Amino acid sequence: MLAFTVKRLGVALLVALTVSLITFSMIYVSGDPAIAIAGEGARASDIEAIRKFYGFDRPIIVQYVDWLAGALRGDFGRSFTLRQPVADIIFARLPVTILLGAAAIGFALVLAIPLGVLAAVRPNSMLDRFALTVAVVGQAMPTFWFALTLILWLGVTWRLLPITGSDTWQHFVMPAIALGYFVTPAVMRLTRAGVLEVLASDYIRTARAKGLRPPTVLFKHALRNAIIPVVSLAAVQFGFMLGGSIVIETIFQINGLGYLAWESIQRKDLPTMQAIVLVLAVIYVLLTLLADLLNAFLDPRLRAA
Amino acid sequence: MTQAALPRAGIPTAADILAPSPGVLLRRRILRHWGLLIGGTILAVIVLMALLAPLIAPHDPYDQDLARKLIPPIWHGGAKVTWAHPLGTDQLGRDYLSRLVYGARISLLIGVSAMLISGVIGTVLGVIAGYFGGRVDMLVSFIVTTRLSMPVVLVALAVVSIVGSSLTVVIWVLGLLIWDRFAVVMRSATQQIRAREFITAAQALGCSTPRILLTEVAPNVLNHLIVVATLEMAHAILLEAALSFLGLGVQPPTPSWGLMVSEAKGLMFFDPWLITIPGIALFALVLAINMLGDGLRDVTAPENRG
Repeated sequence: MLAFTVKRLGVALLVALTVSLITFSMIYVSGDPAIAIAGEGARASDIEAIRKFYGFDRPIIVQYVDWLAGALRGDFGRSFTLRQPVADIIFARLPVTILLGAAAIGFALVLAIPLGVLAAVRPNSMLDRFALTVAVVGQAMPTFWFALTLILWLGVTWRLLPITGSDTWQHFVMPAIALGYFVTPAVMRLTRAGVLEVLASDYIRTARAKGLRPPTVLFKHALRNAIIPVVSLAAVQFGFMLGGSIVIETIFQINGLGYLAWESIQRKDLPTMQAIVLVLAVIYVLLTLLADLLNAFLDPRLRAA
Repeated sequence: MTQAALPRAGIPTAADILAPSPGVLLRRRILRHWGLLIGGTILAVIVLMALLAPLIAPHDPYDQDLARKLIPPIWHGGAKVTWAHPLGTDQLGRDYLSRLVYGARISLLIGVSAMLISGVIGTVLGVIAGYFGGRVDMLVSFIVTTRLSMPVVLVALAVVSIVGSSLTVVIWVLGLLIWDRFAVVMRSATQQIRAREFITAAQALGCSTPRILLTEVAPNVLNHLIVVATLEMAHAILLEAALSFLGLGVQPPTPSWGLMVSEAKGLMFFDPWLITIPGIALFALVLAINMLGDGLRDVTAPENRG
């Protein structure tokens, strides 16, 4: 287990380092970032001043090392437009997005796991077909359109929930549904496949032959093993959600990291953009690391890989 | 002797003795698969609509007429409704049906192009990782992990905003971002094929590696490739719509379904059909492609269902 942990940790660090390099070079894909910041019609002297102010005149490798050293200390530089340290803004907004992501993944699991289990217990039944329909429809629904439709129905027609903002828990209901629904199909399919596979295994036949009641077999014996891959999928999907919440946060005007990303993209606030991408990537790397370690802990066969 | 193979007593007919050919079986599975048939039909209709857009669209999708703005669709009722604009007009008086028909071109163009780019990248990475294994496999797995840790929508938005948005930029950004599933699926498919005897036989015969990859591996992983291609095409279409919705995809006045929803966002409380119509079009297209993909997986490799 120790060797596996060390190896996995090493890979995670290397991934994080590579992501930081890509994120840093992102601002150079257009050529000169100083020109991009100055905007159209800027004078050459202004561009030169911007280049000096942000240190774009230094060699790229020096800029990268400087930026990375800062990032490691939790210093992402100052925002171009908000005139505050980027780290302060990000860590003020991050909890909101994590809350939204947690609510969304919670919604997805509560909907998907029972559906997946029921579908697997009665394969090819009406319920299985219904679950499959939910999955197929969920995968095809454009998130932003689903969110707007929710606003239109739950917010405007029936006036059940507030439309925008992030002040009370009610504000999080629609965004969590809109964000979580997209994940439901994957979780449901995996639960269904896992339960189906486990139910066909020998130890379940033994449990049944011993005369255990069907609910005991299902919940105590089958589900425990079938749920392991679902846990790691949920962790990975949670990471995806934090990055994908930009659309939902923009629509519902939730003051989280996604909305901040949207604002900084509109204002071409490069340090903030870079920092958000890096922070989200590192969170994702940590989540997959945790999921892998958890899986290896629960299932020793995986440690060999 | 043949008696044992016969399913029932009586005079054996030709059909009882001759097993149906694989082609007949495949055709039979296709015709029995409702999801595949429905998905394929909807997709065919949308593709035809895109190809024949100039013939189908009743008006020029760019033609503004402020005197005729915000006419509701025909099922809506009311004084303004007219058959000249079956789906009504938008806030600039442009015919909504025409914009919808031309919008299919944008979605399909971006979906197919981004899928081709990502398909080439992902397939090359996946096949070499699966075939060579060892260090090559480790390197490719590392590249895939790195790519997965970068949030797609965010990176796409950031890059498009820095480079400047245009149809070509959107296609390339999406194509360069969504190859991960191609790589993952092609890798495991190739690993399975690599372990088979006919690969060893080909190696023993002295076939070159490119030849083995092309003539032995490729035909056997093709069905997986087609399934992933449909899923990634749907993925690209949804991403383009999201980018356009956020204003960083296809630029106005181009008729893109995501952009149509975005432009009508402010009016949706008064004229909800403005977002409902392009939303349903997007939903139908993505649903059709996914149903086709799922169906193809079922009929070509029934054991991989799940």
